[in-house]
Amino acid sequence: MKYLDEYRNPQAISKIADEIARTASRPWTIMEVCGGQTHAIVKFGLEQLLPDDLELVHGPGCPVCVTSLAVIDRALDLAARPEVIFCSFGDMLRVPGSSRDLLSVKATGGDVRAVYSPLQAVKIAEDNPGREVVFFAIGFETTAPANAMAACLARRRGLRNFSLLVSHFLVPPAIEAICTAPDCRVQGFLAAGHVCAIMGYRQYLPLAERFRIPIVVTGFEPLDILEGILLCVRQLEQGHYGVENQYVRTVQEAGNARARQMVEEVFDVDNQDWRGVGAIPDSGLRLRPAYSQFDARLRFPNETTPPADDSGCISGEIMQGRRKPAECPYFAGRCRPEHPLGAPMVSTEGACAAYYRYRKAEIVDEH
Amino acid sequence: MNTECPLPVFTDETVRVGHGSGGELSQRLISELIRPHFDNPWLRQAHDSATLCPGSERIVFTTDSFVVSPLFFPGGDIGELAVYGTVNDLAMSGAVPRFLSCSLILEEGLPMQTLDRALASMGRAARDTGVQLVTGDTKVVERGKGDGLYINTAGIGVLEHSEVIAPERIAPGDLILLSGDIGRHGMAVMATREGLEFESPLRSDCAPLAEPVLALLNAGITVHCLRDLTRGGLATALVELAESAGRELVVEEAAIPVSEPVQGACELLGLDPLYVANEGRFIAFVPADRAVEALAILQGTAVAADSRVIGSASTGHRPRVIMRNTIGSERLLDRLPGEQLPRIC
Repeated sequence: MKYLDEYRNPQAISKIADEIARTASRPWTIMEVCGGQTHAIVKFGLEQLLPDDLELVHGPGCPVCVTSLAVIDRALDLAARPEVIFCSFGDMLRVPGSSRDLLSVKATGGDVRAVYSPLQAVKIAEDNPGREVVFFAIGFETTAPANAMAACLARRRGLRNFSLLVSHFLVPPAIEAICTAPDCRVQGFLAAGHVCAIMGYRQYLPLAERFRIPIVVTGFEPLDILEGILLCVRQLEQGHYGVENQYVRTVQEAGNARARQMVEEVFDVDNQDWRGVGAIPDSGLRLRPAYSQFDARLRFPNETTPPADDSGCISGEIMQGRRKPAECPYFAGRCRPEHPLGAPMVSTEGACAAYYRYRKAEIVDEH
Repeated sequence: MNTECPLPVFTDETVRVGHGSGGELSQRLISELIRPHFDNPWLRQAHDSATLCPGSERIVFTTDSFVVSPLFFPGGDIGELAVYGTVNDLAMSGAVPRFLSCSLILEEGLPMQTLDRALASMGRAARDTGVQLVTGDTKVVERGKGDGLYINTAGIGVLEHSEVIAPERIAPGDLILLSGDIGRHGMAVMATREGLEFESPLRSDCAPLAEPVLALLNAGITVHCLRDLTRGGLATALVELAESAGRELVVEEAAIPVSEPVQGACELLGLDPLYVANEGRFIAFVPADRAVEALAILQGTAVAADSRVIGSASTGHRPRVIMRNTIGSERLLDRLPGEQLPRIC
């Protein structure tokens, strides 16, 4: 299949793997930012093809995993209201809040619907004028344009029963937070290709410069990831620190201008709480005042205090690459996909879910 | 950090969608809640159908319920599924399907024309597979308490050979034959249900499987085990068999056919075709020395024309499934916990 087979071609892959082995003269630690990349790495066993002392650590790029407990609990409250049709991407349905998840709310009578696009939620609002439709607008820069488009459409169509529960995250401030942490081990980054398809990669230039760290914009297929690693290792070996673009078939330096305008029109930068990590300044998005009528937080005010996250999940350590899923004492024991302690175990992009799905047996053996 | 063991975050206090997915939750529901109430040697066969010997003849008995939404989808409908699903479970014991029962649960307000269309399809499917529909029942539930139409069928088949076809017969060196490309049914139903439009049409593989199975048996091929691939897909079937048989299975990813429309839709939605439902595919375990012959026989039938060898049972005794990737690395296949959920981006 075009755009797949050529990026999973065994000969091309082993050629690049050999080239990485020839190039790397000492140990390096590289972080892949995006959970989609983590899953490809674990699924295809790419680490088996790399030199032993080249370590990949998994980054914070799973929007479902970093959505704060307070926001998830808010979502669960909204979804349980009888007048609400709560629409969410499928990934979010099994993520545990303080006491339950969206699927449990659905099983006890809440009208929870998995949608593939926020525009479907707009359509549901049009079709159900007597109900309140709330869309769980989560994600990184990748989903922001479509979520912004939903708000624009709702305004254009004069919908009064549609709102967004926004929990958006921005990647560059997270990279900055990881680099400034005193115990940071990361020496190079694979940046998330799809985020850069929207935003471009100019924002990464000052980060590479300031932290003297190579950043390679990388795709998601095995060959993409290995190429990204090779470019990163080459820079490290030569003592360079620049921004390079491996994912040229999708990413342009300036990104997608129309998509960025759409985001700019609807959203404003805001501080954001990352689950397990904490608050990072200017790392989120909120609806601009012109769109406040679509803000679910304002439409359904809530006075409850944010819950304490005491599940025992070490997602913060995982998401910042300090620990691997296999190092969590609860992995595949108390924490399993059907009874997760935290989001990384159930999200499609969660590192723990990837390890559980593809490497559980060997990890359990080692324990 | 909280070091005490808290109450589980989710106890299974209510039935969730995942309990019907064929994955880990379904497995637990069956083994922990349902089976203990009825335990007996026939149930313990843990096969697609139970083999009974009331007299001199060996008969097999099975049942299945059909709750698909939408009722009609490209490549099939609930009526066909209700016949083929049960016929296929009988076929997986190597039986000749003979009799079916049919229970209809109708929701108030279901158009008669819709019911007639589904029943006509059932009738056609029964005639095509040579089974007689000999008993049945009809119930109506109030509007809002059903999804239009649910069908349960039970089936009886007769074993006309002495072969025992069961997981425990899987032997080291057996080759695993797969009867065609995977993932069509699940993706066709999902695309129709969710109104997703793809460039190439997705059609269900819904089909009866007795013909290719009986062709193998009638040719005198030793067949150690058969399993039709339904919910949970190829991966779940392999994992279940590895566990029942106590054997290690090794499969080659490159040998497993996935059509381009299915592959494309799965990539887009973040689903793995290995776990997507099928309704007209099965795997057969045959001794290596008969595999070439078996493959030729399967390829000579219409529903299994695209059969191929995808792997083998190894000498390992650890019950697990190893998948060799196209790029030369390996991973273990496991059950999914519940439903596959489409991803965010």
